Amino acid sequence: MAGNPPEANGTRPVIQLTKVVKRYVMGSNEVLAMRGVDLSVMPGEMIAIIGASGSGKSTMMNIIGCLDTPSDGSYVLDGVPVDGMSRDQLADLRNQKLGFVFQGFNLLPRTTAIDNVELPLLYDRGGRWTDTRAEAAAALTRVGLGERMDHEPSELSGGQQQRVAIARAIVTKPTLLLADEPTGNLDSQTTVDVMALFQALNAQGITIIVVTHELEVAQYAKRIVEMRDGRIIRDVPVVDRHDAVADLARLARPEPVEAVA
Amino acid sequence: MKKATLFKVATQSIVKNKLRTMLTMLGIVIGVGAVIVMVAIGNGAQAQIEKQIGSLGTNMIVITAGSSAQGGASQGAGTFNRLTIADADKIKSGSTLLSAVSPVLVTRTQVIGGAGNWRTQVNGVSTDYLTIRNWGVSSGELFSDDDVRTKKKVVVLGKTVADNLFPDGNAVGASVQLGRSPFVVSGVLDAKGQSASGSDQDDVVLVPYTTAQDRLSGFRFVSQILGSTTSTAVIPAAIQEITALMRESHQLNGGNVPDDFTVRDQTAIAAAATSTTSVMTGLLAAIASISLVVGGIGIMNIMLVSVTERTREIGIRMAIGARGSDVLTQFLIESIVMSVLGGVIGLIVGIGGAAILGKFTGWAIATPWSAVMIAVGFSAAVGVFFGYYPARKAASMNPIQALRYE
Repeated sequence: MAGNPPEANGTRPVIQLTKVVKRYVMGSNEVLAMRGVDLSVMPGEMIAIIGASGSGKSTMMNIIGCLDTPSDGSYVLDGVPVDGMSRDQLADLRNQKLGFVFQGFNLLPRTTAIDNVELPLLYDRGGRWTDTRAEAAAALTRVGLGERMDHEPSELSGGQQQRVAIARAIVTKPTLLLADEPTGNLDSQTTVDVMALFQALNAQGITIIVVTHELEVAQYAKRIVEMRDGRIIRDVPVVDRHDAVADLARLARPEPVEAVA
Repeated sequence: MKKATLFKVATQSIVKNKLRTMLTMLGIVIGVGAVIVMVAIGNGAQAQIEKQIGSLGTNMIVITAGSSAQGGASQGAGTFNRLTIADADKIKSGSTLLSAVSPVLVTRTQVIGGAGNWRTQVNGVSTDYLTIRNWGVSSGELFSDDDVRTKKKVVVLGKTVADNLFPDGNAVGASVQLGRSPFVVSGVLDAKGQSASGSDQDDVVLVPYTTAQDRLSGFRFVSQILGSTTSTAVIPAAIQEITALMRESHQLNGGNVPDDFTVRDQTAIAAAATSTTSVMTGLLAAIASISLVVGGIGIMNIMLVSVTERTREIGIRMAIGARGSDVLTQFLIESIVMSVLGGVIGLIVGIGGAAILGKFTGWAIATPWSAVMIAVGFSAAVGVFFGYYPARKAASMNPIQALRYE
């Protein structure tokens, strides 16, 4: 039963994918990356999209992220139909409604943390922001990097860089936070650390979608959507959701007794 | 994104790649510098030639015998195919536009006196001569109108003659012999230097034309009559007036009788000389601008490398909401800032280089403001022209592929 929101309480879905098909032409053959996907995501959800490589989860991510448009079917983001939008309209939509966190952090090199975080605000065309500097500083403080605003990416650890990237994603107060393999380049402790931040942000009301191939990571979400061959094959709520803060505390003081047990 | 912010973003990346930016700008610096130096040299040469032409005399009009249009063949046709003192008098009394008129009678003779003797050109002239030639007397004085009337035997020495006969400088009041007649030196002329054709204008002595006719052999005819107007604007009218007076004086009646004299002003000579140097200046500038184009290609090359290298950055910017036009403008500003900055530095280098060159070679150097404006404007145009293609390439990138680029 793919596409059924678990908390359908009458509010408008953040994401509404209806029979989305994505075709690519590679040379002479046509590749179907998505074969009719229905998905709806309500505000406040935290969803993990899992699947092997080639399952179509990256394509779905690109479509949800307005980096690509469906070949068929419809996509409504926060009440706005995305189909048939121009490049510029998509760019504006990404700026206003979406926050991206990538696997490779994707921060601008030789650019301070605060400059990186400020960037999306500078591309805003609606004139939403008056003091972009203060907004950027607030976002960095929110991810716990208030002390390192003037550091460049090369002076920060992997976990800190990902925090800067998350700050950049939330600085525009987006409707949806999209994370593509956010822990792919991180060690296990930093992974839990970053997931703790996602959980905290989700608790504050931000809707989050995490694309991952690690089931461990998916366990921190509230709902898991599994893909294979361009279709959703499983869409279930997480039963024993992990609490990243608790895991972090356990990792911080490893006890030999527990390790044996 | 606001223009000011875009500008900031673009300059940030220029500052972050200091060495690359400097090397890229070097092409433009050399290009603009070369153009400025070349134009400065050409312009300096032009100014010098204009100065030399000006030294012939201000607003000077020259009347010579014979018609340049007719050539030598027709010169025997009329009775009055030579200029005479009567012609000069006719022009002086009849002209309303000329402020000064002087006949010039020319011969060469040996000047004896002082330290030795010196062969030089003797000009028999009136008192207006120095006014027409825009010339002054450095010591003593020119002969007076009375001296002309009384055919007094006075002479004014040119600087070269005075230096050779009176190296100690006590020429004024001394007695010299021109041919066989004794003359008193009344003054010495200012140094005038070389003429445009390279002859020494100071190797001359001046005597009253009346004395010259009387006392010196070879003064049967007036070789030319010089006149000058008070302003350049009336020169064409003055030429017409002189032509009419001369035709009357030579009794050339009827419209089909050709002039047996020529009236010229300096503008024809000046125009010929200036057009030669301006062709030269243009040629030099054209050669120099090749290096500016090469500099522009350097910018395009670096911008293309930069766009490829920063594919990921472009992807990030697009993912977080940059429009294609934002990316285009950013890269365009980057190349324009580089080329204009290079242009301004090139300007300073060019002006400095021209000044140093002028100091060491002794060439006349003049940097016109128009060249400065054109150089800076052209370098900005180079930035736009050679920066557009790379910027366009950046702006049309697919964000998904750009983000995945390794």
